[in-house]
Amino acid sequence: MAVSVRRDSDEFTLSSDNLVALSPVKVGMLTFLGSEAAFFGTLIMTYVYFLRQTIHGEPNPSQVFRLPTVLAASACLFSSSATIYMAEKALRRNSRQTFLGWWGLTIVLGVLFLLGTMLEWNDLIGRWGLTISRNLFGSTYFTLVGFHALHVTIGVIVMSIVFGLAWRRQITERNETGVEVVSWYWHFVDGVWAVVFTLVYVVGR
Amino acid sequence: MAIAQREPALERLPWTSVLHDWVTTVDHKKIGIMYFLMAVVFLVIGGAEALVMRFQLLRPESKAVSANAFNQMMTMHGTTMIFFAAMPILAGVANYIVPLQIGARDMAFPRLNALGLWVTLFGGILAYFSFATGGAPAIGWFAYAPLTEHTFARGPATDFWILGLLVSGVGSVSGAINLVTTVLTLRCPGMTLRQIPLYTWMAFWANVQILFALPTLTAALTMLLFDRVLGAHFFDAQAGGSPYLWQHLFWFFGHPEVYIIVLPAFGMVSDVIPVFSRKVIFGYEFVAASTVAIAFISFGVWAHHMFAVGMSRTADIFFGAMSLVIAIPTGIKTFNWLATVYGGRWRMAAPMLFSLGFLSMFVIGGLTGIILAVVPLDYQLTDSYFVVGHFHWVIIGGTLMGLFAGVYYWYPKVTGRMYSERLARWQFWLFLIGFLLTFGPMHISGMLGMPRRIYTYPVDRGWALWNQVSSLGALIQAPSYLIFVWNLLISLKNGAPAGDDPWDAWTLEWATTSPPPSYNFERIPIVRSRRPLWDLKHPDDPDWNYE
Repeated sequence: MAVSVRRDSDEFTLSSDNLVALSPVKVGMLTFLGSEAAFFGTLIMTYVYFLRQTIHGEPNPSQVFRLPTVLAASACLFSSSATIYMAEKALRRNSRQTFLGWWGLTIVLGVLFLLGTMLEWNDLIGRWGLTISRNLFGSTYFTLVGFHALHVTIGVIVMSIVFGLAWRRQITERNETGVEVVSWYWHFVDGVWAVVFTLVYVVGR
Repeated sequence: MAIAQREPALERLPWTSVLHDWVTTVDHKKIGIMYFLMAVVFLVIGGAEALVMRFQLLRPESKAVSANAFNQMMTMHGTTMIFFAAMPILAGVANYIVPLQIGARDMAFPRLNALGLWVTLFGGILAYFSFATGGAPAIGWFAYAPLTEHTFARGPATDFWILGLLVSGVGSVSGAINLVTTVLTLRCPGMTLRQIPLYTWMAFWANVQILFALPTLTAALTMLLFDRVLGAHFFDAQAGGSPYLWQHLFWFFGHPEVYIIVLPAFGMVSDVIPVFSRKVIFGYEFVAASTVAIAFISFGVWAHHMFAVGMSRTADIFFGAMSLVIAIPTGIKTFNWLATVYGGRWRMAAPMLFSLGFLSMFVIGGLTGIILAVVPLDYQLTDSYFVVGHFHWVIIGGTLMGLFAGVYYWYPKVTGRMYSERLARWQFWLFLIGFLLTFGPMHISGMLGMPRRIYTYPVDRGWALWNQVSSLGALIQAPSYLIFVWNLLISLKNGAPAGDDPWDAWTLEWATTSPPPSYNFERIPIVRSRRPLWDLKHPDDPDWNYE
């Protein structure tokens, strides 16, 4: 890309090198996700820091986790990254129906994940009496997984708003970038879960 | 143009409309001014708290202030100065100046910008609301566990303190997202990353640091809040938690924070010194690159606050060495500034005066920092008044000195009036002498063994004289701040009209009117070098021939 610019008697060429063309919304979302990564990084490091103690506590991770629920919920969340990708592709092709389908499916998968978390917490609190104040494991677990679930909840709310806008045909070329960065957020939340899942349910048992 | 016609009329509106206009504004310049005003109010409050402490420490065995009240003053002084004075004042200047320097019409997200301001103010009010609950927290600004656990910090004061910092943290991060995005995406055509004015460049990197450092504090404060409110055990040693972890998390934020508040001041003097020496900055690339080095290395030095905790030998050596390493890019900057000053045609107006004060004081503060980075010396000096002397030397002699230079430099741009040079000189000398007297003796009382954070001390230790000199210094410093505020206020009315470019400067903020219109530039400028305004003034000898 090259643009010729005239100023007074002097002419020079702006190359793509010195013409800034980044979209503020995208850069803003990336910087926001960067700070979110630092936030989750701290919670994750804290979980790791206490792991040596928490695995010997009472109750401890290897006693309480029921893998089927967690695996099913995780499968929902991981596959939602694929469905939101399909939705985005449909948006770029301007096919509204397909977009609504995939986008709606993503919301459903997100809600299913939250349901899974709810079942798990119900089990942990009801059957094992594991609360945030019970022991160090409870403190670290509920804080880390809870903040992730909060982010999923926020994602579901924002995606529902986008769904409503698309339903009323208010997603246009002007705000398409917004939809794209929402999907970035969702991928990020998904990626955080990949780390949390590995740490809490695989390494930390 | 419609905007230009409406603006003068605004001044004749009733005060309620003017107030409404300010409260609802999304203009980066008005938001910047409000950040500044908020910070100055908190600066005065924090200064008053410091005076209470200096009054108590004037005599040994003094009964003027109780131990508890002293601890509250100490906590709120540190918290206020860092979170509600230094950070907002720098956010304010950046808000005002950065879009102008890069030839933009506003920040990338104007509404988010307004949110950041009001949220920061709300955070400050929340933290001070703790006084209404029967006394401020008495935990120190870095709030070491287990002092912050329920056993030692009863009552809701500490909770309000946590909430205040959490809320203002949201403001800081949103401001950082905004500023980083603005610099990356809204630069005027032609301005490459390598042509950004140094102030903008350093403010940019300070905000990158905010992005990654502040969330750690947010997470740590959240855990602390959970400990206190929900009965979690993160920092509760009796239940297996770790007070030591709090120190790591706090300083992982806390040390980058030091550079977050000093880098923008570096940037201000980097813009002031060339203009007032009538020379191009010496080694722009080195000044710029050393900024990036500081931003990165600052994330690897945090545990030098913790040598005395008893870490492993490896950790001691690593963090000691890293703390020495970060002195290198800082030293590079110092030599660049000196080389710029050297052989220049100096114009000794207030911005230059404060810049030279900054240069000399910051070097001394940096040297005591190197002393503290040496682990065996730190074992002796840690938690003594030597440390208090050191960090006040860099924060006041560095950040505040540089900030005064910046404020006087840009005051004509913001208000359209010149400040009073005579008052500025009075302020400078009172400030410098008071500063030297306050913080110099602290190094000596520290070496004599006086611990920090004690509310009183026995007669026979030989600390009394040094404390008296410190308190005298505080008494000399105090009026200098009042003169500063007075100067800014009185010059609004009495100052001579400044014109667009009173300093014959070279960056874009001086290319528009003083004060700039709400849209900043009638036509978005096009840039081909680091000194676009020089190019415009000297079409026969533009800078791009040499860069």
